[in-house]
Parts: sequence; structure tokens; C-alpha cells
Amino acid sequence: MTHIKSLEQLTSKRDELKSNLSRLDDPNNSEKKVQIKVAMATCGIASGARTTMDFLTAELSKRNIPSVVTQTGCMGYCYAEPTIEVKLPGKEAVIFGYVDTKRADEIIEKYIKTGELTEGVIPRNYDTID
Amino acid sequence: METPVNKPKQLRIALRNCGMLDPENIAESIVRDAYQALGKVLKEYSPQECINILKQSGLRGRGGAGFPTGLKWEIASKSKSDQKYVVCNADEGDPGAFMDRSILEGDPHSVLEAMAICGYCIGADKGLIYIRAEYPLAIKRLKIAISQAMEWGLLGKNILGSGFNFEIKLCYGAGAFVCGEETALIHSMEGKRGEPTNKPPFPATSGFMKKPTNVNNVETFANIAPIILKGPEWFSSIGTKNSKGTKVFALAGKINHVGLIEVPMGTSLREIIYEIGGGIKENKKFKAVQTGGPSGGCLTEKHLDTPIDYENLIAAGSMMGSGGMIVMDENDCMVSVAKFYLDFIVGESCGKCTPCRVGNKRLYEILERITQGKGVMKDLDKLKNLSYIIKDTALCGLGQTSPNPVFSTLENFYDEYYEHVVEKKCRAGHCKNLFHYVINEELCVGCAACKRCCPVHAITGEKRKPHYIDSNICIRCNECIEKCSFDAISIQLEPKILV
Repeated sequence: MTHIKSLEQLTSKRDELKSNLSRLDDPNNSEKKVQIKVAMATCGIASGARTTMDFLTAELSKRNIPSVVTQTGCMGYCYAEPTIEVKLPGKEAVIFGYVDTKRADEIIEKYIKTGELTEGVIPRNYDTID
Repeated sequence: METPVNKPKQLRIALRNCGMLDPENIAESIVRDAYQALGKVLKEYSPQECINILKQSGLRGRGGAGFPTGLKWEIASKSKSDQKYVVCNADEGDPGAFMDRSILEGDPHSVLEAMAICGYCIGADKGLIYIRAEYPLAIKRLKIAISQAMEWGLLGKNILGSGFNFEIKLCYGAGAFVCGEETALIHSMEGKRGEPTNKPPFPATSGFMKKPTNVNNVETFANIAPIILKGPEWFSSIGTKNSKGTKVFALAGKINHVGLIEVPMGTSLREIIYEIGGGIKENKKFKAVQTGGPSGGCLTEKHLDTPIDYENLIAAGSMMGSGGMIVMDENDCMVSVAKFYLDFIVGESCGKCTPCRVGNKRLYEILERITQGKGVMKDLDKLKNLSYIIKDTALCGLGQTSPNPVFSTLENFYDEYYEHVVEKKCRAGHCKNLFHYVINEELCVGCAACKRCCPVHAITGEKRKPHYIDSNICIRCNECIEKCSFDAISIQLEPKILV
């Protein structure tokens, strides 16, 4: 169990966690993984995001693609739920909309395996703070 | 395939982490700088210094009224008491609004962290989140977030070695709209009836359990950490003269890209609807946008280029509200829209004061009459006069603002009211008593498709002969129009004299 006792500890923990993440994202690292986030707010779940997430988790391991599939909150594209974000190691994250299991299968076969974009890409329409 | 062209119109501050991290795993929040602001405040600032930063930033309450947050905290910090409370208002009740739910479901730690900062500034060691029980997922994720933060030592006793203690508990609301009003909310938390009381005393001096209490909205809290980390100058550089920062809106209604957006204050309605929202569904004509929920009003075409901020919305006869934006097209009847909101208010009025309890019911009845084609010109005057009386005499914010949909639609769409009353016509084809369906005898081939789908058997006719709709039986469900392959059925706006 982590118990953080000072701001310094918090910052070093953050940096440690960050470097773990960047290892996943480094295309030259053996630990690299495809990172997928599924928008799982109430609205996403209602549109079938849980089915999509279960499908992605099961299929990616079945097809031997090193990956982490996590849930996340609302991405704001309510009109295109379920939405997922796919980040290939070393590449910009791409957001896909209307991802039912059929499209999820397409995304694995095309975008994740070959890097070729499929239907349903949603351009990121906002700036955020960093 | 679409590609981004221009610089994005949206800037996400409150939503910075929504959709970026796993809300049930605190480590992911830590990576994205959660609790850094709390650490910085505890280590480097005195409570007053932190309050000054907020005052400089110009942050105003995002719950709707727009009270300066820094000032609110300062008043609470100056109240002397052995016990104070920080309350997060997550009782989001406006129809069509889901900003707070999305923030709590997507980034609960941003709210917890800001509540702790607030606790430090005003001298409170207890925080309460008043959340509606209709948000089970948000409740679940908040509970997980609180227990993980306690485990990591980011809430609880002696946070980050500073000697500051802060704990957060949840209180469930039963979904009453009036409980978003802070005095009613506090009563509800105390286990009393969710009824508002007169202010003063303000919660900042006598709130929960008669102790000084600071109540802020979810979105307000979500803005705190970035202000601390990036400085008040950065925040106040965004937005307009008197409204700083960004605002989250829930775009809903007849718009292509329904969604959750966050734009800098001062963005125009046109940019929101046509650039971010992708325009009106099926390329229909834009009619109005309803902002501010039942307390707000309608903005029309002439307001499309008004920069949106607190003052401009009030000047346009609406209000910021919590951020619901319902877009309406030419097929929406504005009298019915006003009636819808009054219906909501009648159901949600707590019943304590007469103007709200009885007055709104009467307003609703007048609107009902008008939409049924039974209105007279005198009704329009009555609507207006009664609305003024309710506005001036109701006890709390809910009642005082409840006639706003009537004011705003009367102001902007008087001709539609006039048509309903004098010509007995609803141009949007929405009011069921004011239009009827007719079958064109020349186009009808007598296939009986309409007859079979009619749920009330209003359609008669022999096979291969033109059919006929009995308007007295017809319930205007629109099924027959959709079923007819020959476009033989049409809507006639002039009301049929019923026999």
C-alpha cells in the first residue's frame, strides 16, 4: 500500500508512474503495448461500451497483441457512442466513434495490425491544458 | 475521412481529464497531476493567499448564478466557528444537463482535491458531496476515489505531512430539483424537508447544522486545481471582461453532434451550434436554443453572434444556468416549450410559497388552453402579469425564475402565441388540436397500409379506393404518414371544426 507523506513523495511517485507509462509507449521497448481507452460513463455504457470493452479485451489477448484496455470517463462525443481511443506505441492517439463489436474487429485488424485508418475516426476538436 | 482543419474552438479545463484516465484507478490521476495543487497550497500558501489567488483569477460559480468563488470562500473563512463544512453541490437537475455527472464519472479526484483545498482555505475539516441517487455510477466512482485517496494519504489525517485533516462523505439526494438551491440542499442533508429558506443568513455564516458552510458546484471545483498550478493570470487571460475561464455545456436536442463541450467564455452561439455541434439535424432551420434549464430562457437567431458570458445571457433574457443547451428547430412549437418547462416546475415546486405553488399551476393551465386552441387574447396579458407577480413574490430562486421560459418565449415568439390564439394555428405542427391529417384522394391507391398501422382505427376505406381519416378519433401519432409509400397523407395546419 502506498502512503504518501509529502509533496516531494507525491511528485516522485507521479514521475515514477509517468516513466512506467512512457515505457509502454516506446516503440523500441520490449514492454510496449497498444493502449486502448473505452469511454465508460453512464451514456457510453448505455450505448453498449461494455460489450465493446469485453470484446476488445478478449480478442486482443486471443490475437496475441500486447495491449492494455482501460475504462475512462466521457470523451464528449455523445453522438458517436461507444467511443474508444487507441494509442499505438509512439503514435498520436486516435479516437474512433460508433465502435460496436464489428467495428472493433475492423480496428484491430486494420488500424492496430497495419496502422491503416478505418471508418469512424473522430477528429479531436478541442485543446486541453498541459 | 474527416481531418481537423482550424484551431479547435474548445478548451478543456474542467474536463481536462475526462476521457483521459481511468476514474477507478488513482494512479492514473496522479500521473495527470492530481493532488499537486493541494500539495502546493498546503506547503506554500496561507489560506488567505490561496483565496487571493482565486479572487485574482476571476473564477465565478458555475452552478448558474455566477457568484465570485474567491469572495464566497473569503466570507466563509472569516466566519468564526469551531466547525465548518465544505459542500459540493452535485444535484444536477436541469432537463438535458449532464455536465456534473460527466465530471464526477470521469475525473472524481479533481473534485475531491478542490474540496480539500477549499477546506484548508476556509478552515473546515469535513466535506460533503450532495449527489442525486439517480447517478449510481458517479456515486460508485466517487466512493472508490475517496477510499483510494484515503489509502494513499491524500485525504484523511495529516495530509502530505502538513497537519491538515480533511475527510469527505457522500449525501444522497432523492432527485428534487429544488434541492439544488443551497438552503434547500442543506435542509435535505440535515434530514429535513428540502425546502428553501430566506437568505440571509447565508450558508457561509449559518449553513449545515447551523455552522458556516461553503457550497460550490462540481464544475466550479473542477476548475480550482489548474488555477493554483498555472496561476490566476493564466486563468483570467481566458474569457471575457467579467466572465473568466471556460464553461462546460451539454449540447442536446436537434443538433448533429450531441455532446459535452467546453468553450472559453465569449464564444458565440453560432460557433457552438454550427462549428462544434455540426449544425441542425437534417439541415432544418434553426429556431432557438434554450439555456439555463427551467430558470433560463430562449436565445434566437438574433442572438447567434452574441458572445456567451454571464452578463450577455442575462441581457438576452436567459441565463448561464448550469450549462444545459437544448437546440430547437423549425418543428418545435415555442408555446409547447414554455408549457414543458412549466410542467416541470409545477412538478418540482416544493409548495412552500403560494406564488410558486399556485401561480405556476395557473400559468401552466393558461398555456395548456392556448396549445389546445382554446386561448383568447386576454390570456396573453394574464400570462405576462401573473409571471411578473410570481417573479416578484416567490420565496426562492426556483420560484423567482420559474416564469422565465414564459417571458422569454413571449418576448421572442409573440407571433407564435398570436397564431395559436387568434388563427388557432401551430406553425410547427406540434400542437395536436391545431392540425389534422388529410388523405389526398388522387394520390391514395387504397393499399390500406395506413389503416393497418393506425392504433385507434381512425382510418376507413374500401380496398383500392381512397381512404379517409376521422379527425375526431385520430390521436395525431404520425404513424400513417410514415407508413404511406405514396405521400398521399399530409398535415393540414388549419384546425378542422370538430363535430
